[in-house]
Amino acid sequence: MSFSWTRVKALLVKELHDYRRNRFVVVFAMTMLPLIFITAPTVQLLTAPAVVSSSKLDARIGLALLYMLLIPATVPSTLAAYSVIGEREQGTLEPILSTPIRREEFLIGKALAVAMPTLVVAYAIFGIFLAITALFANPVIESAIFAGSHIPVQLAFTPLLAGWSIWVGIAISARSSDIRTAQQLSVFANLPPVAIVALMGFNVITPSTGLTLSLAAVLLALDALGWRAVAAMFDRERLIVGRRR
Amino acid sequence: MLEELRPTDRRAALVVEHLSKRFGDRVAFEDVSFEVGYGEVFGFLGPNGAGKTTTVRALGTLIAPTSGAASVAGIPLSAANGPAIRARISIMPESPGLYQRLTIAENLRCFAGLYELDDIPGRIERALKAVNLLDRAGDSCGSLSKGLRQRVALARALLNDPAVLFLDEPTSGLDPVATHDVHELIVSLRERGVTIFLTTHRLTEAERLCHRVAILNSTMRLLGRPDELRERLFKQSLGVRVRDPIEDPGPVFGDLPGVDGWRMSASGCYELAVSDAQIAAPALARALVDAGADILSLAESHHSLEDVYLQLIDEDVEAIRR
Ligand SMILES: Nc1ncnc2c1ncn2[C@@H]1O[C@H](COP(=O)(O)OP(=O)(O)O)[C@@H](O)[C@H]1O
Ligand SMILES: [Mg+2]
Repeated sequence: MSFSWTRVKALLVKELHDYRRNRFVVVFAMTMLPLIFITAPTVQLLTAPAVVSSSKLDARIGLALLYMLLIPATVPSTLAAYSVIGEREQGTLEPILSTPIRREEFLIGKALAVAMPTLVVAYAIFGIFLAITALFANPVIESAIFAGSHIPVQLAFTPLLAGWSIWVGIAISARSSDIRTAQQLSVFANLPPVAIVALMGFNVITPSTGLTLSLAAVLLALDALGWRAVAAMFDRERLIVGRRR
Repeated sequence: MLEELRPTDRRAALVVEHLSKRFGDRVAFEDVSFEVGYGEVFGFLGPNGAGKTTTVRALGTLIAPTSGAASVAGIPLSAANGPAIRARISIMPESPGLYQRLTIAENLRCFAGLYELDDIPGRIERALKAVNLLDRAGDSCGSLSKGLRQRVALARALLNDPAVLFLDEPTSGLDPVATHDVHELIVSLRERGVTIFLTTHRLTEAERLCHRVAILNSTMRLLGRPDELRERLFKQSLGVRVRDPIEDPGPVFGDLPGVDGWRMSASGCYELAVSDAQIAAPALARALVDAGADILSLAESHHSLEDVYLQLIDEDVEAIRR
């Protein structure tokens, strides 16, 4: 029996139904996230004085865009922290693992279930941000955003960061003994990407084309590594009979 | 490949040979051997902690046995055969494990997809019909009573027409009415020829539902048809009470016709295991009179299967203490 997308899809559909019924997730994704992540960067740019040096302007734009990258860098691990331990605490992990599902199918299904809403929300927020700048921002700022490589970089880094965050979240989830611990650990896991974003934001690290490309390459490698590590870490027996509290 | 993995053993749905599972140095079950034929309802009876759930998980490829061999639905038990075995069986675990925010139909659809079934709406309809829940398909699982959840879990386990259906304590924690409902459902599955491996700690449940019963307490203690077991376990006995303890009871009880053994249960009270009370009782009375004992009472004592079962388990507890 080989890898089955039918099984991945069955798991994914289940997850999406579950989100839709989960008021907390819906409210968080639909109102809190956009509020938190659109307000600051928009204010940053709309309040930018008309005459600023181009380097200062670039820094401002960079900061605003980096700020939005916090969505794919932090939200997925928070969601993914539930993925395995959540099933286990509900008592649904054993029935699921009793079906012919393979661990790769289970993990890909879980990862997609986190990636899909994250990307939708992150891209939507970025889209809204672009629309606001196009409509209301100073034309200098507008052209700086739309002309440079900002948009493709933003589009590419969103899934790259999300991938890393997802695998860290799932790994934590597969190894935690309860949801609370998984949640807390996933917050710590968010610190490295947040730190990088912050360092760039405060100009400690200067984002250059070279740095951007190597960062993208490192993230891609980490995503692949994360997938391998999580698959190796997934132990059916341990998940079923592992220490009960 | 599933296609290449045709069942090699068509005789039996389950063949288990000297299977053991240890967690570290803790024995969950040891040296368990039995066979279950197709169409059979096999009861796996034992107290809490006997190793029933662990056995089900081992046969369901969820955990790896420490030693021994087995074939499940005709496929040799191994980690590599896990997906193929799991495609052919289904397990209803002790707790139903439903997605509470999803409806009954959504829960079943997810599992039908995980089994890669065709005609999913038809399958779901048949499974729900089998557990009399067809009109509740749209209900959210979170709103269901414990008994109904158990029935949904049973419907879920029926989706793939399993070659072996494992039911792990299907009535634990249910009230008598819900228990009765689940029993009725199992009887109807038995009539349809579904092969069922049923674990339970309730003797009456095993007696009522199963063609054959194994009694497990870490190791296998007994195996047979319920009526055989009853016969084997239900030793008829005579209880006798005399005014003063008999000085030397050995010769008195020793060679009475129809008496297999005896023991003193209290001062002046004796229990005699008998093969035929009709012959033993009059002979016993005469022997006691001859020995000069004053008989206060002489009666057949009735042991239910439950008593003997409890005694069997007690013996194990004693053995562990020693
Ligand atoms: N993960 C585990 N680690 C250590 N011991 C376990 C584990 N799971 C079960 N056991 C032990 O194995 C024995 C059998 O357990 P179980 O199969 O759940 O029994 P039953 O289902 O008959 O009540 C028990 O003594 C239990 O404590
Ligand atoms: Mg059990």
